[in-house]
Order: sequence, then C-alpha cells, then structure tokens
Amino acid sequence: MAAMTLLETHGLTRRFGGLTAVDGVEFRLDEGEIRALIGPNGAGKTTFVSLLSGRIRPSAGRVVFAGEDVTRLPAHARVMRGIAYTFQITSIFARMTLLDNVRLAVQRRMMRGWRGPDARALDAAAMAVLDRVGLADRATGIAGNLSYGHQRLLEVAMGLGLRPRLLILDEPTQGLSDAEIAGFVDLVREIARDATVLLIEHNMGVVMELAHRITVMEMGQILAEGPPEAIRADAEVQRAYLGG
Amino acid sequence: MDFGPYLLLASLEGAVGAAVLALTALGLSLVFGVMRIVNVAHGEFYMLGAVIAWWVTSMVGGHPALGFVAAMVVSPLIVGIAAAAAERLVLRRLDYDPEATIVATIGLLYVIQQLALSTYGADARPVAAPIDFRVQFPWFGYSGYKLCVIGASAVMMLAVWLVLTHTRVGLMMRATQHDPETARAFAIPVDRVYAGVFAIGAMLAALGAVLIVPIQQAHYLMGHDPLLLSFIVVIIGGLGSLRGTVLAAVIIGMSDGIISVFFSPTLAKILATLLVAFVLVWRPAGLFGARPA
Amino acid sequence: MSRAVGLHIAVLAGLALAQFTLPEYHHGNLARIMVLAAFASAYNITFGYAGMLSLGHAMFFGAGLYAAGLAAEFGGIAAPGGLVLGVIAGALMAAVVGVLALRTTGVSFMIVTLMFAQAAFLTVLYFGEWTRGDEGFVIASDMRRVLGLDLADPATRYWAAFAVFGAVMLGSLAVARSSFGRVLAAIRENEERTRMLGYDVFRAKLMALAVSGAMAGAAGAAYALLFGYVGATFASIQYSILPLLWVLTGGAATVLGPFLGTLLMFYLIDVSSSFTTAHMMIVGFALIGLILFFPKGILGTLRERVVPWLP
Repeated sequence: MAAMTLLETHGLTRRFGGLTAVDGVEFRLDEGEIRALIGPNGAGKTTFVSLLSGRIRPSAGRVVFAGEDVTRLPAHARVMRGIAYTFQITSIFARMTLLDNVRLAVQRRMMRGWRGPDARALDAAAMAVLDRVGLADRATGIAGNLSYGHQRLLEVAMGLGLRPRLLILDEPTQGLSDAEIAGFVDLVREIARDATVLLIEHNMGVVMELAHRITVMEMGQILAEGPPEAIRADAEVQRAYLGG
Repeated sequence: MDFGPYLLLASLEGAVGAAVLALTALGLSLVFGVMRIVNVAHGEFYMLGAVIAWWVTSMVGGHPALGFVAAMVVSPLIVGIAAAAAERLVLRRLDYDPEATIVATIGLLYVIQQLALSTYGADARPVAAPIDFRVQFPWFGYSGYKLCVIGASAVMMLAVWLVLTHTRVGLMMRATQHDPETARAFAIPVDRVYAGVFAIGAMLAALGAVLIVPIQQAHYLMGHDPLLLSFIVVIIGGLGSLRGTVLAAVIIGMSDGIISVFFSPTLAKILATLLVAFVLVWRPAGLFGARPA
Repeated sequence: MSRAVGLHIAVLAGLALAQFTLPEYHHGNLARIMVLAAFASAYNITFGYAGMLSLGHAMFFGAGLYAAGLAAEFGGIAAPGGLVLGVIAGALMAAVVGVLALRTTGVSFMIVTLMFAQAAFLTVLYFGEWTRGDEGFVIASDMRRVLGLDLADPATRYWAAFAVFGAVMLGSLAVARSSFGRVLAAIRENEERTRMLGYDVFRAKLMALAVSGAMAGAAGAAYALLFGYVGATFASIQYSILPLLWVLTGGAATVLGPFLGTLLMFYLIDVSSSFTTAHMMIVGFALIGLILFFPKGILGTLRERVVPWLP
C-alpha cells in the first residue's frame, strides 16, 4: 500500500530580522511514520516545527496538512485539524491535578462550541489517556509536584488526549534518565500505531531505535534525509553530528 | 489681543508646563527603564513634593527666595527617603512582580494622598515665587519666574543626563537596566541601585512640583494630572529613553498647553489617553513587551 | 445537589431572610452592598477566573449606569428597560474595548484598560450638557418603578438588589463550573499551553470580558435605578480600583469572595469615615497589605487550607 502524504511544506521560510532561521524548506511526511528531525543547535529545528504547529507565522512558503493548505490557520485551529505539539520546555498546568491537565485536552476534542462533554465520559476518557502513559495512579496529584520525567509524560498525555493525527515532540527525552528513556521509546512506538510522530531528538540511540526516516537540518535547510542506516552511513552527516 | 501674541502666550504657558512635565516624566521613565515596574504612585510623590515645599517655605521667614531654596533641597530629600522606604518595605518584598507592583503602588497612591489630606488638609495653598519681576513683551508682560522654571528644568535634565552617561553611578544604573543578573555577577549592588533609582525617580517628580508651586497652589489631589501626563509621555516617548521622554514631554506639554487654550482641555485629554491606548495596542511588543509580564 | 451549589443557595437564603431581621440602617447598606458585590463578581470573572487584571472596569459599570440614567432622563424609558439597556451597554463596551485591549497582556493590558476607562470618564465630563458631569443628576421617581412597585421603597429596593446580585452570583457559579470556566482557568495558568490544546484563547478571553461587561453593566444600571443618582464619580478610576480591592479581599476566583470582600470593605470604610475624612487610606493600606501578605484573599486562603471544593 502506498503511504499517503500527511504533511508537506513548500518553500517554507522564516526570517528573524536579518537571520533566516528556516530557509525554503521542502518537506514531506507520510501518514503513520515516525520521523526524527536532527541537527546541531541553532539549525532551525524548533522554528521549523513551530511553523508546522502554527505557533509562529512563516515569512514565505506553504504548509499543507492532510491535503489542506493550513498556512494561514492559527495554531488552535491546526490543533483541531489534528496537529498536536509538545513543548521543548515542559509546559503543563502546574497548579492543577494531572486529571485536570488531561481533561482540558480531552474536553477540547469532545467540545461542541463551548458546550463541554458529560463529566463522566470526560473523566473516563482522561483516565484512559493517563493509563496509557502510566500515570493513572497519580491522577489526583498536583502536576507541579511531579518529577521532571513524569511531567514530560504528562505533556505527552495531553498531546494524546487530543487524539492527534500528527504528534510533534520537541526533544522529549532531554533530561530523562536511561530507564525513563527506555519507557519513552516504548510509549512512542505504541503511539505511532495510530498517529504519525515527528520527533526532534538529540539522543542518537533513541533516534536510531525509533525513526523510520531521519531528516537532518543545518542552517535552516534540509541537509539530508533517508532511513537510519543511510543517514548513519552518510559521511558528511557523520562527521558533523554523530561525533564519528 | 491679536492671534500672533495670543499664540506666543499660549506657547509660553505650554513651555512652562512641558518643562515641569519633562522632569516628572523623566522620573517615571527612569523607574520603568531600570526596574521594569510601573509606579502608579508617581503623581503622589509630586504632590508630596509640593506640599512639603509649602510647609518649608511657610516655616522659613525672610525673603521668599530663602524659603524656596530651602524647599528645593528639603522637599526632594524627604520625598526620596519616603520613596526608598516604600521600595524597601513593599516593592522588594513583591520581587518587583509587574502586576503586583501596580496593585501595591495604587495602594501607595491612596496612602500618600490620604495622609496629605489628614495632615495638610483639603485646602489649596500658595507659595510665593522666589523672584518677582516681569518680562515686558510688546503686547503683554510675562512672569519672569515662569521663564526661570524653563531654564531650571533644562539645567536639571542636563544634570541627570550627565550623571547617567558620565559617572560610575550612571554606569551601574545602565548596567542594571541592561541585565540585572549580569550586573549582579559584576558585583553591582542591584538592590541598592533599585532603591536609589526609585528614590531618584520620586525626587525628580518632587523637584518638578517645587518648581510649580509658585505658579499652581499645593493641593492634596494635584498628583492626578501629572501622573496621567507622565504616563502619556513615557509611553509615547519610548521607555527608558531619556531623549524620547524629553522630546515627548515637550510635544505633549506644548500641545496640551496650546490645545487647552484654543480648544477644550477635556477633549485634549481624551485624545491623549486614546493615543496612549492605541500606541500600546498596535505596538504591544514595542514598549512593555520586551519582557513578558 | 452538590454541597457547593447548596452552600450558595444557603447564602442567598440568608440574604433573603436578612431583609426581615436587619435594622433599617444596615438594611439599606446591604442593598447597596449587594449591587456593588454584583459589580465585584463581574470583575472576578475576568480578574479571578481568566487572570486578566483590568484597571478599567469603571467604564463598564459606568456604561450601565449612564445607559439606564440617560434612557430614563431623555428617552422616558423606565426601570426594566433601563436594566436591559445597561446590560447591553456594558457588554457592548467590553466587546469593543476587548477587541483592542486583548491584543495586549499583563502590564500593557492594565495600562490600556486604564486609558480607555479614563477616556470614557473624560467623555462623560465632555458631554456635561447631557450628563451634568461631576455634579450628576437624579432619576425621576416615575422612572424608578417596576410592575407598579416603587424602587425607592426600602423593601422593594432590597428585593431588586437581591435579584440582581442573585442572578450575577448564580451566573458566576455556572461559569466557574462550566467547561468554559475550566478553559478560562487554563488560560490564567498557562496561556500558550491552552492555545496548543486547540482553544481559541482570544475568543475565550473576549467572551469572558463581554460576560463580565454585561454583569458590570447590570450592576451599574441597577445602581442608577435603585439609588436614583447618576454621576461621573462612578465612571472614575476609583470605581476601577474598588472592585479589584473587593475581589482581592474576598478571594479571587471564588464565587462568594466578591460579596464577602465588598461587605467587609464597605463596613471598614463606613466605620472609619465616622472619625476621619481620609477614609480612603483604608483602601490604600488594604491593597498593600493584601498583595504583600494575603494575595489569595479570605476565601482563597480558606479553600487552600480547609475547603478544597469551594468553587
């Protein structure tokens, strides 16, 4: 079965003053894949995914998601189309319970206008999501009291609560212990069964283990793209980023 | 009187207003620039300066100039001490949180204003001008003191500029404004700089008030208009920019004076407040937005 | 019925009963306090629940006050129509100001709302020919009648104030417990995260402001019609600061906090004004004291320590 294109960009460009952070990027992402986005700091990875999620506006170019041109849609409307984004720096509702955090995500999906879903259905759906990331037993705790690793999981849970078609994870394993990273890898694999995952990641072990394909960015442009083995073998990439 | 002389008179009145406004607004601008806080009680420091000036001149006998000179020294000093105390007792404990600071300085506004009401009373009281001569134009005579106010204000602003650009204290203030964390790392006593800047800001308002009391009587509610006008000046002029503040003060002060003579002063104020609102709305990142509040 | 709803019904029942038991002086005060508490509750929607610190709510209260007052004075529109006009005026003004002011946040939002309110206040003075500015005007007694009842009569006035306050309070409770209210709280806690959960943050804030404006407009119109006087003081900066003080005192983002705060501050100022003219000093010290030592207010602190279910 030929994979369907979920997301593509054409000539996507973002300039900040004199600096071009993202420079005419042509990018394609197939439905169902796990794609890793790698590159040195300042390569424009976070700016690029921010353009995809709509957090910032492009200076030029287009973003097409599931056949629809979403370039002019604001971020919240893109979320409703199925693009979920988890922040690089953990961003949760620290003073609310875990359940409330996830409820807000689930509620958005179930809302019609400002009418929220039935409380019981909402709770059940939110608990199911917490269970999926393994935080169900802490549901009534305050999110701000969680360990850093668990906060990152909660972020992912909020993303999952939206039931996205595309989940963008911005450096999800940064600051996690090895054991936590192993759990995370399993979780992402499980998520990828019904969503496409785009992952910015510095940990090459995680990248090699998870990614179906890898995109390498440098200075706002795509330097190389291909399956992990090919990227690993690419001498130029290796010299520059894989410490080889 | 013909239109020409009338315009000249309006411009002179505008220039006197602009001179005092520039000093007062400079204080507000300095506090915002260095400390990144909005001092809503700024107008009350101005009022306090005027009331203390009345109090000092009424205690010192002899020639009016004696009392006035004493007021020029004593009034800013007392106001500065009061401001430093408020900074230490209230603002520092709030960690200069922008929103909490505004609420606290609103409280301070009422405290100072009502203290003045309960001690000084609700009357407006005049202060004699230190010099008494008139400059005779072909069409009208004009108060020599008012012309001196313009000169005095210019000299004081020049002094502030020299302090900021040519002294160690000024360097510390600019470093703190640029980046408090780095300033701390370079052993700049940021806490003391903050207290000092807050005091200096209030003292500039007090100086403006001392200059104005021989023209406008001291009253416990007199801080309202200078506060509003200073806000307008600081926002239009660009925050923390000395040159912008002075320029905006001259433009706003002059046009306030001139428009008020020819049109309704209320209409002038409506337009000015709306102008400020729209500047902030259309340039939200330009002025206060440099740091997310 | 949950205990939260029960508690609020009980408070309303207590206020209804107070009508028959209070001495005359306090009876009159309580009617005034209920109308002002409706204003405070309106402020609490934006400041408490949505976390937007406005310094311009006097313009929404004033919009309702003048809508009802001018309609009675020049349009011959009596009390019920005046109240409806007040609600519309408050909501409309909040929507227009919101579209502009909500482009800003934090300190800029405070200054922008302050400036708009100041412009509105000055506009009242500018059109002094109709509004009679600071001096104000008295609403004719035949305009202050509902269903044949005279609003100047203390008992009728009390019930009318009770009805307005009850409606606003139950409205606040409904907002606090709704999914809309949860979204507002989310915006208050973390705006960017809320946006990235797919919520239209601008629209939610605009709606909160419009609801708040409608409630403040209702309070303003009720104030004009119940007490029969319309003046520019009620549109001045002081009436933007007072609701902030009341809400801070009682507890932001609690449904009953605005009433409690208004009640306490009203009597504190009332008592102090019997021995000093500088009674606004209380307001100053209260603001500083609250923000320094007690930022969550009475009910906010209580909720944190004792009754977590308090809405």
